[in-house]
Amino acid sequence: MGKFFAIVLTVITLVSASIFAMHIWWMPVDISVHGPALDKQFGETLMGTGFGFLVAQLSLAYFLWKFADKGDGRKVREFPGGPKVTIITAVVLVGLEILALSFVGQKAWASVNLDPAPPNAMHIDVQAEQFAFYFRYAGPDGQFGAVHPEKISDGNGNYFGLDPENDIPARDDIVVGSLTIPVNQPILLTIHSKDVGHSFYVRELRIQQDFVPGIVIPVHFTATQTGKFEIVCTQLCGLGHYNMKAYLEVLPQDQFDQWLKAQAGQ
Amino acid sequence: MSESDITLKSGRADWLGGELPYAIPSKKLGMWLFIVSDSITFGAVLVCYAYLRLASPNWPTPFRLSSIVNGAIMTFVLLSSSVTMVAAVEAAKHGRIAASVRWLSATMLGGVVFDILHIREWLGLIHEGLRLYQNPWGSSLFGAAFFTLTGLHMTHVTVGVIYLGIVAIGFRRGKFTSDDVEISGLYWHFVDLVWMFVFPLVYLLSARMH
Amino acid sequence: MHDTSDQAAVHHHAPPKGFLWTHVFSLDHKVIGKQYYFLSLAAVVIGMVLSWIMRFHLAWAAAAIPGLQHLSQVGAPGGIITPEYYLSLLTLHGTLMVFFVLTTAPQAGFGNYFLPIQIGAEDMAFPRLNMLSFWVTFVGFVTLVSTLFISDGPPISGWTAYAPLSALGNDAGPGLGRGQILWVISIGIFCIGSLLGALNFIATTLDLRCKGMTLARMPYTVWAWFITAVLGLLAFAVLLPACVLLVLDHVGGTSFFIPGGLVLSDKLQPHSGGSTLLWQHMFWFFGHPEVYIAIIPGIGITSHILASTARKPLLGGSRVLVGCMVAIAFLSFTVWGHHMFISGMNPFSSLLFSVPTLIITIPASIISLNWIATVFGARLRFHTPGLFAIGFISVFVTGGLSGFFLAQPSLDIYLHATYFVVGHFHMVMGVAAIFGMFAGTYFWFPKMFGRMMNETMGKIHFWVTFIGVYCIFMPMHYIGLAGNVRRYSAFVDDYLIPLIPVHKFITIAAFVTGAAQLLFLFNLFWSMYRGKKAEENPWDSTTLEWTIPSPPPFDNFGGRHPIVYHDPYELGVEGAKGDYVMQDSPEKLAQS
Repeated sequence: MGKFFAIVLTVITLVSASIFAMHIWWMPVDISVHGPALDKQFGETLMGTGFGFLVAQLSLAYFLWKFADKGDGRKVREFPGGPKVTIITAVVLVGLEILALSFVGQKAWASVNLDPAPPNAMHIDVQAEQFAFYFRYAGPDGQFGAVHPEKISDGNGNYFGLDPENDIPARDDIVVGSLTIPVNQPILLTIHSKDVGHSFYVRELRIQQDFVPGIVIPVHFTATQTGKFEIVCTQLCGLGHYNMKAYLEVLPQDQFDQWLKAQAGQ
Repeated sequence: MSESDITLKSGRADWLGGELPYAIPSKKLGMWLFIVSDSITFGAVLVCYAYLRLASPNWPTPFRLSSIVNGAIMTFVLLSSSVTMVAAVEAAKHGRIAASVRWLSATMLGGVVFDILHIREWLGLIHEGLRLYQNPWGSSLFGAAFFTLTGLHMTHVTVGVIYLGIVAIGFRRGKFTSDDVEISGLYWHFVDLVWMFVFPLVYLLSARMH
Repeated sequence: MHDTSDQAAVHHHAPPKGFLWTHVFSLDHKVIGKQYYFLSLAAVVIGMVLSWIMRFHLAWAAAAIPGLQHLSQVGAPGGIITPEYYLSLLTLHGTLMVFFVLTTAPQAGFGNYFLPIQIGAEDMAFPRLNMLSFWVTFVGFVTLVSTLFISDGPPISGWTAYAPLSALGNDAGPGLGRGQILWVISIGIFCIGSLLGALNFIATTLDLRCKGMTLARMPYTVWAWFITAVLGLLAFAVLLPACVLLVLDHVGGTSFFIPGGLVLSDKLQPHSGGSTLLWQHMFWFFGHPEVYIAIIPGIGITSHILASTARKPLLGGSRVLVGCMVAIAFLSFTVWGHHMFISGMNPFSSLLFSVPTLIITIPASIISLNWIATVFGARLRFHTPGLFAIGFISVFVTGGLSGFFLAQPSLDIYLHATYFVVGHFHMVMGVAAIFGMFAGTYFWFPKMFGRMMNETMGKIHFWVTFIGVYCIFMPMHYIGLAGNVRRYSAFVDDYLIPLIPVHKFITIAAFVTGAAQLLFLFNLFWSMYRGKKAEENPWDSTTLEWTIPSPPPFDNFGGRHPIVYHDPYELGVEGAKGDYVMQDSPEKLAQS
């Protein structure tokens, strides 16, 4: 039984680890400026935990193979060195890993969440609702109109509750259902929710941030590649949660300018 | 090695189980554990109150001097009932059952007076328009926090009065021992102590400043 | 002032008469332990069936499940479940499993039965309170399950019930009105039951130990139950008021967890001033210790059984194990924010919360390494409980390691709310804890029912389950890495569609593993009546539960007052009869 256990455990361990190692299912290519730091952090964590996984499971397997009771009256033996060895190993190895990961990881986290958006960032306002995202560009005047919750109406398409009659900056606000941005341009999103919690998740951008009702949260990033990507909701928001998505389109600057002009003209 | 530890602590060679090394009767320990747990519950509600209050730009401070005076009288009544409780426990310990029951009754009376004053206060505020979900002064959460916190405390006082009543009757009939009186005292002092947090945080911090 | 005879009066009670008092409203900790066990068994069966329905739907979204329409005509018209019903089932699955299985069976079930016996007591410190906590928990269970049978179904807000989704009522979605209120009440009731139970466990452990049962001589399990009880006493005390506040938001019109300016179906909500993050803080302040409430009894049970399996005490003994468990328990109150890295909480606090989260892996690693090192030089007996105890080590290590990723805020940006998280917590909290329960069941069944469980069926059950859980939960890590979002009732995003074959594989693995659980259930009930008669000490173990008949008499020790002379795991001892020395054996040991 011990040998069988050892074989099963070894197979499980090797298969599990090699699927990670072969990148059969993996993160999509990163298209953000801050992403490489995150990916590097991920790689280092994977190395550390992978090492721990292999050593722990394989030594367990080996011991299971070796130390079955054969009924030969063999004496039990203590692990050489006793608990000091295991405690020191755990404290030193795991401790070093933690130190390394914390220091490196803080930088990656800081670049996303602590550093403010660069001053030249393009500001886009985002509102989530059950079950859609809406994006608002300031228009030619560069100013957003104020949000009036009592005026919000999906029925007449006033998703942000704008009041163009009394509020001049609101008149040229552009509201669309997908996020279009220029490449290599810092973007600042201010995200807020109309009803319940949602989340803004773009795998390729390595960005995930909850929409918190009652709070406006800034998110900033810079996309480095053009293309079309999916924005999905990752915070349980109700029955249509699985179907709540929008597209992110990253365009070259000139195409983006054209697109924005076309939107403003409508 | 561990045997000698026991010898050292208890001063005797064998340990009869169930008594040492924590020479505290189960019931009393149980009450202490309840108090630990319950103070965390109160703590959580107080932290919630603080969190919401700090996050609100329009937290009202509606309590007039009359409310504060009323609260001060309630505090005095409740503190006095703690003194009578001490006397009840003392009497019970010395076997003076009738005296102990009298002091317990005085304690219960204190609790009832506290409740009556408190409910009068509530009714006055309700008359002024304070509700769980709204009030004429500012953030709607004021009423929610006020009624939840003081209501939770008032429930504890009311339960305490009933509990003391049961203990008093049981003690007079010989069903309960002086330990039970002491344990009910722990509860009563705890309820008192909680009020010493609720009163300043809810009333004094919300006193009208002019 | 308070002598022992008076003390004894507290926990002495005569055997009751009549079915109602012996089996239903019994004060006997052994009966109450079994009641808790069977309550969990009912909960785990429902929870497992729900997971099958969900897994089937994820793999074959368009296919009907015959007969499901009879459970809910609205939720599963023609047997095909709707997105909202999927979420209802998901909520119920999570809630049942976390509260009524993981929190109930290992602690309240086995703990109730064996804690008093293992410390040489006749019963718990407060038998009436004990009965009360079971029945309170039972009412909570019935309240929760009743949501299946009300017209709008169970709530769709998940087991975490994030506000404001959980606070706004039916306008926010089906099941969020009455269903959500019932859910909150059920959890509130459960809190009360757990608090009473925790109080009882602590008082019992401190006060009722028999002569010679010093703290150092308490078995690993007793320590685990004790530490878990302390965690429960503190953690549930926070969830309880959170539940009260959430109920008030529903029925009292308050806005504790609801900010102003929310619009649902073009209707401005009449709430203002509350904070949604407040619910998350309160919930996770409970929720993270809860994870350890679920797993620490499993750690204790595994250590207890591993010692007997390996014929030697754990490396480092009680001191290291208990030290690590206490460290974990303490740290568990400082890490709740790691569930909220991307919740909009101050990003500085994310960094602060990640530090204790990473540090908590050190005591967990020490425990794991000590288990593995205990296997070194052992004389392993591969009976079913031993297999499950060893399996526990493997899944605990696997599940724990993926926690390294999630403990780092920067990686959580990508992995949060993906199947990576689902795989992680199922492995480390769900599967590991369930392995602890299986190990405990196979190990203690002879004591509880006086008969042995069938070993062949047990071994089949183990192998299918062990391989099965890896087939179910490892792939979840992979698709999580590909960005597969959790709590989706169907996969309609362009990048998720190619992952559906993996979901099919997981579903098939879940069904095969599930079939093995049916075998377990059959074995359990079959062995209760047909199993081989059990001896007093079938596993050659040393702790006090093995010094009394199987099943134990009403007062556990038959009027005898056990006296403890030895450490709990004098196994593999030279010169002893057999290779072990019972805890209450007056025999002197050569080395001590």
